[in-house]
Amino acid sequence: MSTPVLQIAGLRVEFPGLLRTVKAVRGINLTVTGGTVMGLVGESGSGKSMTAMAALGLIPKPGVVHGSVKVDGFEVVGRRDAELAPLRGGEAAMIFQNPMKALNPFFTVGEQMTDAIRCHLPFDKKAAIKAAIAALESVHLPDPTFTLDKYPHQMSGGQIQRVMIAMALACQPKVLIADEPTTALDVTVQAQIISLLRELVATQDRTILFITHDLGVVASLCDNVAVMYAGEIVETGSVVDVFADPKHPYTQKLMNTVPRLGAGDQNLNFIPGQVPDMGFPPKGCAFHPRCDQADDKCAASAPDYMIFNNDHKAACHRLDEAP
Amino acid sequence: MARYAAQRLLLMIGILLGVLTITFILSRVLPGSPVELMLGHRPTPELIEATKKELGLDQPLIIQYFTYIGEVVQGEFGKSLRTGRPVLEEVGKRIGATLELTTLAIFFVVLIGVPLGVISAVRQNSILDNGLRATTIAGMAFPAFMLAMMLQMLFYGELGWLPLQGRLDSEVLLDSTFPRHTGFFLLDTLMTGDWRAFGSAAQHIVLPALTLVIITLATVTRITRNMMVEVLSEEFIRTASAYGLPSRRIHYGYALKATLIPLLTVVGLTYGYLLGGAVVVEFVFDWPGLGGFMVFSISQNDFPAVMGTTLFLATAYLMINLVVDLLYFVVDPRLRAQ
Repeated sequence: MSTPVLQIAGLRVEFPGLLRTVKAVRGINLTVTGGTVMGLVGESGSGKSMTAMAALGLIPKPGVVHGSVKVDGFEVVGRRDAELAPLRGGEAAMIFQNPMKALNPFFTVGEQMTDAIRCHLPFDKKAAIKAAIAALESVHLPDPTFTLDKYPHQMSGGQIQRVMIAMALACQPKVLIADEPTTALDVTVQAQIISLLRELVATQDRTILFITHDLGVVASLCDNVAVMYAGEIVETGSVVDVFADPKHPYTQKLMNTVPRLGAGDQNLNFIPGQVPDMGFPPKGCAFHPRCDQADDKCAASAPDYMIFNNDHKAACHRLDEAP
Repeated sequence: MARYAAQRLLLMIGILLGVLTITFILSRVLPGSPVELMLGHRPTPELIEATKKELGLDQPLIIQYFTYIGEVVQGEFGKSLRTGRPVLEEVGKRIGATLELTTLAIFFVVLIGVPLGVISAVRQNSILDNGLRATTIAGMAFPAFMLAMMLQMLFYGELGWLPLQGRLDSEVLLDSTFPRHTGFFLLDTLMTGDWRAFGSAAQHIVLPALTLVIITLATVTRITRNMMVEVLSEEFIRTASAYGLPSRRIHYGYALKATLIPLLTVVGLTYGYLLGGAVVVEFVFDWPGLGGFMVFSISQNDFPAVMGTTLFLATAYLMINLVVDLLYFVVDPRLRAQ
């Protein structure tokens, strides 16, 4: 199971405006192989969600997408909505950050699930309901038949997120894209959702692109990780390699922000400065204004990737100089 | 919901009492007396006194007021001073014409306005959106009487396609004996299979209905458009697109249902506005509805007729809004839960 299911190459997402063009994603390459979980990590505004949206061709107007996104070999970029319909929810399904807003409040869970299922599978109403019940059972929602008749407002965030996962998996997608699916949930519910996803990976061999800003979640769920900053991937590799030996200063700082029990830290660490305005991204290495190791070279030219063992890659000028 | 409906009904009674009081005061305060109207030229003072006494107008205002309220509560609206027939009968004869015209108009306003609003929202700020905005608002800005007369000039005067005014051709009116079950001529003729009368009724209703549609279309189109724009940016719409639902289903199913509450409100208000506001149109097209009757009654100081008609229109208006409010519960599951 090492076939690439999701291949992103040279992806750029831009929003042209009158005064400036916002470059949300600036040429990223990312491959998710079958049966693995790729974590895409970064601060808010780093372009993670735009990458996810681009994977389904969901970038809203006036956004422009360049490069290539292939889902199971099917090129997404440049397609019309009608051509993408079989892909969306069929080959690649998505779950969202805010479950309370992700379902239509005017329709029952059952109506929305069967609608989605019948878009992709040649089922009649009865068969679609059966499929929906089976999907709800697989995410351990008690009493699935009862759940189908519920409206979103009658459910909790955690329950809806389970429904969303069930809806996403109902059509057996090749890849599941999870855009911060636990961010809006309570900590205990977060843990339940993560353990559900972990179970789905273990028992059903699911392929997931998991977007988050939470390194703890990445460590507990993902096989590989890509760290995004200002629309670029600054470091990528297996979770084991990256966590054991983070190469990029940004990755190092990001890891330092995770509070640790018993580490003796009195203060919460944070990265000074803020994510750059993507209308005017910094020249050179995008991170250099916030990097304490930066010099003239960092401000002048963008660094290339250095490759370490097992495809562990990072882009930083400092790494060239290391012995 | 039943409790809510009961509360609303109580409130309605209060409002109607207010309407009654205001129309009563207005009719008594305004200059001119119906007595002179009834008695014609140079009546003797004795005759005036006798008539006043007969109508109860010699009583103090407060007594007159309570007498009137008491009668209304018993369903007694008095007799029209002008025609001498019971007000209820006069109103009943005309209400069908007004309801038929306004209902047909609101039906087409929704049928045309909602899809136009959806299309405008889906293609917001396109040439189509801006063009529709300009034309519908121009229609609304036009004075109704002028629009009505222009349509008459075009379709009757120039083209000769449609009749000038009235509800039926006079020959048809004389020949046809279709029963007036609903007071809606289109329905009554259809039910009895009187095709000649149906054709005549249909021809006659086109222009007045078209006038009403044009002057109210903008409201419904703009509200639909603006609500749709808002809803289309909601996350549940993104979810629907992310699951490959056809855009038709997303726009007319998922999004439109979320706009129904404000839309119903506006349609209800527009319907109410048409009921009271069709006066000018009824007048220009000589449409035998309540509007014309009311204008005439006002000019003749026909108190009972004015008050009866006002009360009736107010009730109709409140009923429409009550129905709209109750429909909220049908549309929005979150309200039903409470």
